[in-house]
Amino acid sequence: MISIDNVNKWYADFQVLTNCSTEVKKGEVVVVCGPSGSGKSTLIKCVNALEPFQQGDIVVDGTSVADSKTNLPKLRSRVGMVFQHFELFPHLSITENLTIAQIKVLGRSKAEATEKGLKLLERVGLQDHAHKHPGQLSGGQQQRVAIARALAMDPVVMLFDEPTSALDPEMVNEVLDVMVQLANEGMTMMCVTHEMGFARKVADRVIFMDAGQIVEDCPKEEFFGDVSARSERAQQFLAKILQH
Amino acid sequence: MNYNWDWGIFFKSTGIGSEIYLDWFVTGLGWTIAIALVGWVIALLLGSLLGVMRTVPNRWIAGIATTYVEIFRNVPLLVQLFLWYFLVPDLLPEPLEMWFKQDLNPATSAYLSVVVCLGLFTAARVCEQVRTGIQALPQGQTAAAYAMGFRLPQIYSNVLLPQAYRIIIPPLTSEFLNIFKNSSVASLIGLMELLAQTKQTAEFSANLFEAFTLATLIYFTLNMGLMLLMRMIEHRVAVPGLIAVGGK
Amino acid sequence: MDFSAILPALPGLWDGMLLTLQLMVMGVLGGVILGTALAMLRLSHNKWLANAAATYVNYFRSIPLLLVITWFYFAVPFILRWITGEDTPIGAFSSCLVAFIMFEAAYFCEIVRAGIQAIAKGQMGAAQALGMNYPQSMRLIILPQAFRKMTPLLLQQSIILFQDTSLVYTVGLMDFLNASRSRGDIIGQSHEFLIFAGLVYFTVSFAASLLVKHLQRRLAV
Repeated sequence: MISIDNVNKWYADFQVLTNCSTEVKKGEVVVVCGPSGSGKSTLIKCVNALEPFQQGDIVVDGTSVADSKTNLPKLRSRVGMVFQHFELFPHLSITENLTIAQIKVLGRSKAEATEKGLKLLERVGLQDHAHKHPGQLSGGQQQRVAIARALAMDPVVMLFDEPTSALDPEMVNEVLDVMVQLANEGMTMMCVTHEMGFARKVADRVIFMDAGQIVEDCPKEEFFGDVSARSERAQQFLAKILQH
Repeated sequence: MNYNWDWGIFFKSTGIGSEIYLDWFVTGLGWTIAIALVGWVIALLLGSLLGVMRTVPNRWIAGIATTYVEIFRNVPLLVQLFLWYFLVPDLLPEPLEMWFKQDLNPATSAYLSVVVCLGLFTAARVCEQVRTGIQALPQGQTAAAYAMGFRLPQIYSNVLLPQAYRIIIPPLTSEFLNIFKNSSVASLIGLMELLAQTKQTAEFSANLFEAFTLATLIYFTLNMGLMLLMRMIEHRVAVPGLIAVGGK
Repeated sequence: MDFSAILPALPGLWDGMLLTLQLMVMGVLGGVILGTALAMLRLSHNKWLANAAATYVNYFRSIPLLLVITWFYFAVPFILRWITGEDTPIGAFSSCLVAFIMFEAAYFCEIVRAGIQAIAKGQMGAAQALGMNYPQSMRLIILPQAFRKMTPLLLQQSIILFQDTSLVYTVGLMDFLNASRSRGDIIGQSHEFLIFAGLVYFTVSFAASLLVKHLQRRLAV
């Protein structure tokens, strides 16, 4: 579904991604982790071309991201993305947030878009909030709306960019529950997250990044199994994150 | 309407004495700088005082400063200038009025009016910047200073103002540049500053495009030079690790 | 001081006020439109366009408005003559209006640009991640939020422009200030008329700025 092939990216002289290659198969859930500044958020944003890269290619469901002939808005409309800071549109109501792209990008009718949006809102358990504005919801609720908004586009794959790291601790689980449910239904997912509990529960593979490189890329069982077999940097990272 | 371009016009005689047109621009720039700098000193001193007054925990003192700001911000600069130049001298005591109207030469009386006018006008703006700067500081700073036994005036002079000034250097810079630009209103009460000299050159020589181009260049250069100067000051007084300097 | 002469002069002063308001409203509209266009150019990925817009803004922000008004008053007839090839009479009003629009656009541009940048990044990313193209993202997501956010600033700048229109005095246009001065001069009561003019300007600007503050507080929620 996603194949990342030798991607290199620089900010001026500073290389942020070095020879990154990996693959996410249909129905697979891949968790990307690593210390802050390791390039994991940059990599996931390269997948739907929110960040440009200078070398290599990424192919999403048969479409090349690097190809200048690719219609990027069209590609992005098939790739769902959930952001660290939710990025709901604060000037629009929840319903409008769920429908605006369906109407303006996919060309669905307002009635159809609303029906679809409300169904998804119900699925994330927020049907009572349809007429509110984002500012009136808690962080966890906003993130659940953001997930519903992405799902409303019928994406072939979902990207999650640290979806729980801006949340208060008591709200993390309501978002993770939605993500687990999604994974269990067979959605293809690529998630940048530090939630190792989530990784243990639903991930098929775990990718560990450091300093712009993919250091580990292995099945979950292997990653969490024999820690001593991991690279030194991954061990240090895991030691810090698993202590708690 | 035929137009004779002549970029050498600035080195030609004005027909008055041995002056060339460039001399007029130099004189004009001199007046512009003299107005702006003296006006700025008034604005900075009075504006700082008013800014402190607005943040003092006393309704009456703060109210006086607020009233001042509202009055001077909501009357057009040109109206204020006319009031200072045409009206205020008539309200002065007899001997002062005579001195202003008869003993002073016209350029000096116009200069005094415009300096006072711009100084007081800009003070209202400086006041708002100083107030914003003080209010941007964490409340804990005042509390900590009180806890150490400082009295309020000491807190302002030792703790609040030194930090506030550093924060507000960028907006103060733009007020500083504004006073140079605003000094051009002096041309409307007959003071021969840069804009008035430009107009006079345009009318005398009929080379108005050249005259206004030079004036524009002078203002532009002045602006850039002052901006660099203020940026140097900002860097020099920056406290390491406290505030990011120069935007990014 | 004797203010009794002001009452009979009110109709004439009102004409002056109408001209002042006309200049302000048209100046703000033109300035916001041109300023928004400039802001889009400044934010565009085309370096050449962005630099051209930045030069325009820096140029107009570093010279006095009075200089622009004076220059345009002198120069516009010449320029029109070169363009059209014949004498095209253009009144002081039009040359002043053009001066205001071009000058204010530089200031409005910076307000709009700051407004867009305050929203941008994350919201732009989210809009594009949903498949919107650049114009759609700007029109549907960024600009509606940006304009809402900067409305108080735009209004404040309009109040400044209301006061700055008095500078048309220099080209003899009969705005509110000039109408007051000339009427006062004729009957030898220039002080009274000047004070009256100051009071009117103050009342209008002060009331307007209170409204803006009120609006700002409501928008902040």
